[in-house]
Amino acid sequence: MNIFVLLKRTFDTEEKIMIDGGRIEDEGAEFIINPYDEYAIEEAIQLRDEHGGEVSVITIGEEEAEKQLRTALAMGADQAYLINTEDDLEEGDQFTTVKILEAFFEDKEADIILAGNVAIDEASGQVGPRLAERLDIAYVTTITSIKVDGETVNIERDVEGDVEKVETKLPLLVTCQQGLNEPRYPSLPGIMKAKKKPLEEIELDDLDLDEDDVEPKTKTIELFLPPEKEAGKVLEGEVDDQVKELVTLLRDEAKVL
Amino acid sequence: MSRKVLVIGEVREGELRNVTFEAITAAKTVSEGGEIVGLLLGSDNLEDMGKEMIYYGADRVVTVQDDQLKNYTSDAFGQAAMAVIEDEDPEGIVMGHTAIGKDLSPKLASKLETGLISDAINLEESGDNLVFTRPIYSGKAFEKKIITDGVIFATIRPNNIKPLERDESRSGDVTSKDVDIKDLRTVIQDIIRKTSDGVDLSEANVIVAGGRGVKSSEGFKPLEELAEVLGGAVGASRGAADAEYCDYSLQIGQTGKVVTPDLYIACGISGAIQHLAGMSNSKVIVAINKDPEANIFNVADYGIVGDLFEVVPKLTEEIKKIKVNA
Repeated sequence: MNIFVLLKRTFDTEEKIMIDGGRIEDEGAEFIINPYDEYAIEEAIQLRDEHGGEVSVITIGEEEAEKQLRTALAMGADQAYLINTEDDLEEGDQFTTVKILEAFFEDKEADIILAGNVAIDEASGQVGPRLAERLDIAYVTTITSIKVDGETVNIERDVEGDVEKVETKLPLLVTCQQGLNEPRYPSLPGIMKAKKKPLEEIELDDLDLDEDDVEPKTKTIELFLPPEKEAGKVLEGEVDDQVKELVTLLRDEAKVL
Repeated sequence: MSRKVLVIGEVREGELRNVTFEAITAAKTVSEGGEIVGLLLGSDNLEDMGKEMIYYGADRVVTVQDDQLKNYTSDAFGQAAMAVIEDEDPEGIVMGHTAIGKDLSPKLASKLETGLISDAINLEESGDNLVFTRPIYSGKAFEKKIITDGVIFATIRPNNIKPLERDESRSGDVTSKDVDIKDLRTVIQDIIRKTSDGVDLSEANVIVAGGRGVKSSEGFKPLEELAEVLGGAVGASRGAADAEYCDYSLQIGQTGKVVTPDLYIACGISGAIQHLAGMSNSKVIVAINKDPEANIFNVADYGIVGDLFEVVPKLTEEIKKIKVNA
């Protein structure tokens, strides 16, 4: 099977977000593979081990994203592509990303494309379904189980807590939800091997695209932080009295009962 | 500039979801006085629900009724929605940021080659622009965003934009359209309902959430009882989900769901930064934890330092009392 994984480099979930000069301050921040994309990588590796073929991991971004691609290779992916837009693009949105991916996938004959259900930074959840639409292949989002048997694919997906059983066919794009698997940590031999695995860098020009083709349709005009929440009132006294006081406060002060 | 705006309504278990009415409110802002057209996709009883959309502010409603629209699939709903979009040629489209909205809206936006602002919690006119506010980094920050080209297309987060007052004196046409739905690539074979109590986390006004302190899956029982008395839903921290005390679908946080209920009661949750990201924008937060140093107290409006297995049942009893008296 020709398996592809869409990967995004994101802030570590531990990071506090700071804004400086109208942008998110990333100086000194730790970056990781978007946690939902880790499920995608793990599932891709398991599918390959069961059905044969190759796992290719692809990201769009800056030079620095090589680190996350190497991690995916160390987990067990076979090859990686970095579409480096650093010199070509100042801004982009999901439209931009999908235009680029559509061009990338034109000659790839992917059997299955796996992505995270959402990226924990911008959290639009758009790229997977948008790409499937452009490639005219079926897609299933928020999957928690997948079984491939020839062309037939049986999937379980999480729909707001309910489980939906879906039958579909290859070629297919899926987005991965928590509970799908337990992503492996890269092993030491894996890390050594990853250094020698192919990682191809591509620019827009290589995909016959220029800046105008991928001009975003949306624009961020302001970033701001939520108001700092002040620590509230910790109640005191006997438990029974605290509970009574809490109910009174919720009813009369907070007015939520 | 007035715009014609399409509101894609959502039906669940034979009823319109509240976010549909919230989307109509948002559409009013987008339309700047233009026509609001509701769209309902389903297999039965859409006429009555169409009227309901009109009572909440839609000018008219188009329905596509077809057995293949009984359960949501992106292919069937996509084909039906696209047929109506081609007929109506709207300048704006609004729908809820629900499981269906998340799955369908990017497909439609991609087909229309337009931008899409997902998960908006607010929108306002500012000069010539319609400015949408949406959380990023799971609510650790927010961005204001505009659509620079093409259809104004947005999904809105449930529970953030108020529906208009229901007005039964409003009238408008509910018309049905036939669409030839075909070549479906995905088939729903079964739906296993796990959320039988009906209140979905993302739409719940009250959430009672448990963490590692709940200690076992049975430990969620008192939380469920409290949630039931409050008409709310039960949620969990990653700690509780990882320890298999509950299903991952209950998880709230940076991975998991981001929620903004009126009342959030955190029981035995320490308050890791990833969990806070998912719930700290709730209107009122109550923390119940044995550890007075727990981070959760830093974001709580009210805190009780104590054993949740003692405090939560007492709280349930106390709230029952005032509910009876009211």
